[in-house]
Amino acid sequence: MSRIRIATTVNGEPVEFLGGGSQSLLDALRDELGLTGSKEGCGTGDCGACSVMVDGRLVCSCLMLAPEAEGRRIETIEGMAENGELHPLQTSFLDEAALQCGFCTPGLLIAAKALLDRNPDPTETEVRYWLAGNVCRCTGYDKVVRAVMSAAATMRQAPKATEAVT
Amino acid sequence: MSDGDDAPARELKVVGQRPVRPDGADKVTGRAMFGADFRLPGMLAGRVKRSPHPHARIVSIDTTAAAALPGVKAIVTGADFDLAAAGKIEAGESATDVKSVSINCMAHEKALYQGHAVAAVAATSAEIADEALDLIEVTYEVLPHVIDVEDAMKDGAPLLYPDMITTGESPAPTEPSNIASKMVAGCGDVKGAMERADIVVEGRYRTAAVHQGYIEPHACVASWGADGQAVVWASTQGQFLVRALTAKICNMPLSDLKVIPSEIGGGFGGKTTVYLEPVALTLSRKCGRPVKLVMSREEVFIASGPTSGSVIDVKLGAMKDGTIIAAEATLAYQAGAFPGSPVNLGCMTAFACYDIENVGLVGYDVVSNRPKVAAYRAPGAPMAAFAVESAIDELALKLNMDPIDLRLKNAVREGAKAVYGATLKSIGFVETLEAVKAHPNYTTPPAPGVTRGVAAGFWFNIGGESSASVHVDEDGGVTVVSANPDIGGSRASMVMMAAEVIGVPVEHVRGIVADTASIGFSSTTGGSRVTFATGMAVVQAAERIVEDLKLRAAKTWDCDVSQVDWKEGRALCLDPSKDVQPLDLRSIAGKSARTGGPIGAEVSLNAQGAAPGFGVHVCDLKVDPETGQTTIVKYTAAQDVGRAIHPSYVEGQLQGGAAQGVGWALNEEYVYGPNGTLENASFLDYRMPVASDLPMIDTILVESRPNPRHPFGVKGVGEVPIVPPLAAVANAISRITNKRMTSLPLSPMKVLDALSGD
Amino acid sequence: MRSAEYFAPASVSEAVALLAQAGEAGRPLAGGTDLIVQMRGGRAKPAVIVDLKHIPELIGIREEAGGFLIGAATSAAELGEHEALSRAWPGVVEAANLIGSTQVQGRASLGGNLCNASPAADSVPAMVAAGATCIIEGPRGRRDLPVEAVQAGPGKTNLAPDEIIVAFRLPPRPARSGDAYLRLIPRTEMDIAVVGAGVNLTLDTEGTCIAARVSVGAVAPTTLLVEGAGAALVGSKLNEEALAGMESAIAAACRPISDKRGTADYRTRTACVLARRATLIARERAE
Repeated sequence: MSRIRIATTVNGEPVEFLGGGSQSLLDALRDELGLTGSKEGCGTGDCGACSVMVDGRLVCSCLMLAPEAEGRRIETIEGMAENGELHPLQTSFLDEAALQCGFCTPGLLIAAKALLDRNPDPTETEVRYWLAGNVCRCTGYDKVVRAVMSAAATMRQAPKATEAVT
Repeated sequence: MSDGDDAPARELKVVGQRPVRPDGADKVTGRAMFGADFRLPGMLAGRVKRSPHPHARIVSIDTTAAAALPGVKAIVTGADFDLAAAGKIEAGESATDVKSVSINCMAHEKALYQGHAVAAVAATSAEIADEALDLIEVTYEVLPHVIDVEDAMKDGAPLLYPDMITTGESPAPTEPSNIASKMVAGCGDVKGAMERADIVVEGRYRTAAVHQGYIEPHACVASWGADGQAVVWASTQGQFLVRALTAKICNMPLSDLKVIPSEIGGGFGGKTTVYLEPVALTLSRKCGRPVKLVMSREEVFIASGPTSGSVIDVKLGAMKDGTIIAAEATLAYQAGAFPGSPVNLGCMTAFACYDIENVGLVGYDVVSNRPKVAAYRAPGAPMAAFAVESAIDELALKLNMDPIDLRLKNAVREGAKAVYGATLKSIGFVETLEAVKAHPNYTTPPAPGVTRGVAAGFWFNIGGESSASVHVDEDGGVTVVSANPDIGGSRASMVMMAAEVIGVPVEHVRGIVADTASIGFSSTTGGSRVTFATGMAVVQAAERIVEDLKLRAAKTWDCDVSQVDWKEGRALCLDPSKDVQPLDLRSIAGKSARTGGPIGAEVSLNAQGAAPGFGVHVCDLKVDPETGQTTIVKYTAAQDVGRAIHPSYVEGQLQGGAAQGVGWALNEEYVYGPNGTLENASFLDYRMPVASDLPMIDTILVESRPNPRHPFGVKGVGEVPIVPPLAAVANAISRITNKRMTSLPLSPMKVLDALSGD
Repeated sequence: MRSAEYFAPASVSEAVALLAQAGEAGRPLAGGTDLIVQMRGGRAKPAVIVDLKHIPELIGIREEAGGFLIGAATSAAELGEHEALSRAWPGVVEAANLIGSTQVQGRASLGGNLCNASPAADSVPAMVAAGATCIIEGPRGRRDLPVEAVQAGPGKTNLAPDEIIVAFRLPPRPARSGDAYLRLIPRTEMDIAVVGAGVNLTLDTEGTCIAARVSVGAVAPTTLLVEGAGAALVGSKLNEEALAGMESAIAAACRPISDKRGTADYRTRTACVLARRATLIARERAE
């Protein structure tokens, strides 16, 4: 069993670990780095519970090999709240009751953040299609979509508020 | 105590609000620990070897080569499970036959379905465990198999159990068959009434087996101690049920096994049994190290419970004014490889929405070479409702009646006697129908090209055994401990009810889901029972706390407790002779050592008086006439909810159930190939609704009939919402195709065929 | 899954040499959205994985002589973000962006989609209709192959195990050209095509179709270029008769199987519907 040393950046921190040549990035995050916030719902890229950002792009960490992470910048759910401050999407998911069991929630949040980072004012249809790779069995998506739209509105307001202060 | 017939009129401060759930932050930050997230030092990775054949005699299992592989620490097969420890335990919604659960966890003599576990390995890495599985040599004698319920019922069908004689048939058959049992129920004279009816509709309806589809696969860690005491961490709807089943299967006293529930990534009934836990514990027992077992998604599909596919014949007889005078149905449900489909519940719920004088019901529980069915949200009811509500829609069309008016005409009302014997009390079916009828989503006609389907649904809801304890910390904080895994926000309801009773802000109350050693017995999270029954235990415990706090205030003030009132989290002295300031929770708690010691109360009860729930759904949809693809454009779910403790999570139950029902109606199904193996064991090909498949799901919470048997009027809400959607969708499509759509799922192909008149 | 040795070569020649050395045990890795799923399910057990994404030629989109050169391992998401490509070849781009979810599009590539050799691959009919060719390199050098000549059957290509696709070449776009791709799935997303249809056509100033290529997927062991369907459109103003002619040619060419995703009859029938609809979209884009 060959193990390779892999150096990467996770949530802004440089990390090194030993990974297998066939090991998924998801397994590496969970088993080697103890970051169990990314979940395995299917292992085949069909549910999105393992969503992470790699070099600013949304991917399923189950569909990427750990060695591919070498030199990349990985962002996971564990890095979404900054300095203990929840991201507006996290707050919005709580306020809108957009989670029931909470298992798909980390993946949904990462995917929703990727959307809002590139499209601060998505339509309901855009939200629904962007999130089509994040399967949620509990909510029927209603409150999830509302939470994303509401966070987007909050975030559109936020820079103005900052301007007003400065 | 508040299990009285009179719901006290309270001015509510917390109940009915929408606070952030107590476990919310952990779940949006990745901190919450689910089944597969646990690790222990020295933990081994387990893997299960599963039968590739749907039906085969296990001639031999040779584990020599696997055992010799470095890193392999334990191997188990059926021989490691003592079936003599079998028996029955009462658990969840039906009695559980431990022997069949044990055989389902690990096959004995025969593999009864593709995916049936035949051996398991624990090794120092998952890779080694995988390699070891390949080295285990199982010799099978492949037997003829049978998959579908109609085939399984035929004479000459391959038999799963050559000695199984149908029970409930009189006289008892002399030949064995795959029909495990037959049930008959009814009232009145169906035959005579059918003959008297002005109009009769009948049809044969079919539904496919569907999976609960929770996103979190089954997972557990088991650790056997040198003293014979063991701990299991599991993702389950019922830690006490896991304890009971695992301990019985592993032949150990309950007190030697502690089960710690993890956060649970969905269950919908599918996590009310065990698959992995006894296997993991037996592996751990053999090697003395903790063992983790996690299913892959494929294993979840092939080896954990879907719910039954069904074939249902239904016949209704009505008068010209719409009064249904006769109803009969014959239901045959797949049980999977072991007896125990929810056909009995299908029979009991089939006509439960309607007050019909003459009813005849026959149910068949049929085994075939599929995974054993597990409970799925209102087990057995959606299929029956699909058939019955479709027939009622057909009746409405034939009578040219509004589908809601027809249902109102026949709706059960207060005090009606159900076919299954119960007298229905504090029910709100009529109110729910009327709420829908008056709602803009119904009064506005569907857009051009769009059709509308209506359907109703019933579910019993249960109460049952629950324990809860409430503690007050020295600084006045409150902790609520209960034992029901939180699958949809129930912790929020628990802390809200406690906060309401004690009169403190909900943010001051913590909600804990405890392990089996830390709180009294509680039945599984299921049957829509938790907010009702466990909520009742929480309320009673909180009420005891209030009584205690009053006593302590009386002690402090040196007055009689009758002179102490408790309001808004403070003790008030009613004795005009005392010139004292009110005492708040914090100040009483801070001095508890001087007034009698720690403040805490635990209540264990068996809650009675759960009220049944009714739902009415309206589905607006359109169909692509050239491809048969269906688009849901608007969806409305109304329900008789008693009182919503946290309305957002009640709405969430309605929306989630509706979405699952839409999936059941349109795309989900178990597809078997001719060799008896499942062809779509992945989320790619087992098509559950994704976000772009659905519109917003509008909800109507009908709160005009609170349940007087619960202190806040709670009725169970979790299961009803999956009952109406199958027919609501099908009825809408039938109104486009002008052909009754009788077979689920309504895939584009089937719809196009119907449109083409094929 | 068993552990494989992972290599990330920086040049095509290095990659090809690694694959040649590994023989049957080697697998090239582009986006991994098929390979890693196959490994996970035990259907692929490579001992050597050669990651192609560190090879500059295989990544990125270059405009070249009026056409485009697309690195074979470029992600579908990058295609969608490339404005000039999306303008010139909207059908190819929309097809690539139908491969799986947003997450999958962040990884899935044209090269991988083609070499996985699924008859239902979404990007392939669009590329066939577009007249795309691939540049293939192996130890014996480079060769070009039209996209429709790459698939040999379900899961099989005409590439040797040590050959890789380096890039795709999309030809220069004549004026008044348009392409479109449609696929049919039971859900709105996240499915394998039950059928797919790509159409690419050019009109003259009068609106008469002067060139057309029609390709359908998931109706035969490989993606089909239906020459008769294109011929039925050429010379017409895409009127009802021409469209009916196209549909007949498609119906005649389809050789679908019935499986869990659709019956043969349904596939043939809807392939015609989709091709007709794609034609009308392509026309709108050409006008």
